[in-house]
Amino acid sequence: MLLLFISLVFTIQSHSYHKSKFINSANWLTGGIYEQANGVSSYFSLKSENEKLVEENRRLKSLLFSKEDSLTNIQYIDSTSFGTDYLFRAGKIIKNSYSKIDNIILINKGSSDSIKTDMGVITPNGIIGVVDRVGGSHATVISILNSNSKINAKIKNTNFYGTLTWNGKNANVVQLEDVEKLATFNVNDTIITGGDSTLFPKGIPIGMIKDFKLNTKENLYVVDVQLFNDMTNLENIYVIENLYREEIDNLLAPEN
Amino acid sequence: MGTVVFWNSVRFVIAVLVQVLICNHIDFLGYINPLVYIYFLLLFPFNANKSLFLVIAFILGLTIDMFSDTGGAHAAACVIIAYIRPFVLRFSFGISYEHQSIKLENTAFGQRMLYIIILTFIHHFFVFLLEIFNISNILIVLRNTLFFGIFTILVITLSVTFFSRKNS
Repeated sequence: MLLLFISLVFTIQSHSYHKSKFINSANWLTGGIYEQANGVSSYFSLKSENEKLVEENRRLKSLLFSKEDSLTNIQYIDSTSFGTDYLFRAGKIIKNSYSKIDNIILINKGSSDSIKTDMGVITPNGIIGVVDRVGGSHATVISILNSNSKINAKIKNTNFYGTLTWNGKNANVVQLEDVEKLATFNVNDTIITGGDSTLFPKGIPIGMIKDFKLNTKENLYVVDVQLFNDMTNLENIYVIENLYREEIDNLLAPEN
Repeated sequence: MGTVVFWNSVRFVIAVLVQVLICNHIDFLGYINPLVYIYFLLLFPFNANKSLFLVIAFILGLTIDMFSDTGGAHAAACVIIAYIRPFVLRFSFGISYEHQSIKLENTAFGQRMLYIIILTFIHHFFVFLLEIFNISNILIVLRNTLFFGIFTILVITLSVTFFSRKNS
């Protein structure tokens, strides 16, 4: 009976954001075993991963060279402050799940790599989730395919914001909720991160509008978003650190 | 006694590893994975100390929880089936269970299936109830219980049949 009670407490804790203190896979034992297993299984996806990375390189190269003329003409007022708002760290997913209601991803970077709770995680194609628990050399990420995940997003080229959630049905479709009734958009419009939170920089692509319907009770749209990422096939990721996060949080925190 | 402890420890480790490294990645039809680790609990010596069995079931469930980030859902479900196992044993094997000398491989097929089916469905129901933890999603809980349960029962029945050959 006591054991049943303890396990129920763990269960309830796991359902509130940032609460599951002991039982998570970011410890040395589970992290180590998953790392070993991933070391083997990652060989099977080497080819497709390489293609993805080459594609990203190609895109970045073309960006770089098409911008060259304009770059040399820009006069920076203070060159040291340019581009240092966000720090990107590369990492690898060693355990991914997408078939449950609350999916959690394990990555091979932890506190020894300066990973902290509440950092954003992305791939070249879009966002993945937010870092939750951090262990020595592993960390768990609350996937966007998680009923607790709520991420600020907006429709590209407009100023209509919404909250990105997931209804647990399709691993490649998420929902953008609470979009104003006034918003004008079409199917196939792009959804990007909003930049209202300190988790993600503004403008990271998320997906395309697949379908939408009006919630007549609240006069808000619920938009189905087809993700650019294939959530079932992920390997290389970037963890984003917002260097001004503490400052921003302090400014926004209510005065005591 | 020593060999029993040893072989059950080995079985424990194998059950966990098979579950988290292989069976959690099958994703049959997109989401169906058998929870075969309860094979360990079904096979655990019938005449073992009851409180020891409860503690071991709890640890097994907690280990699975740790690997799959599910809080305590598996631990709770394991403790529940460990607690009710004696009643299910009496129900499905009748009086011969009282002799406490039977082994799962030596029982009649129908009785063995009854025992496996009852415990599997109870375990799965509680796992999904606690994992999803939302009464409005009760249909998903029942659907998962049914589909995962069928898959688990299939795998466990097959492995009982295969491994009993070797032992006898």
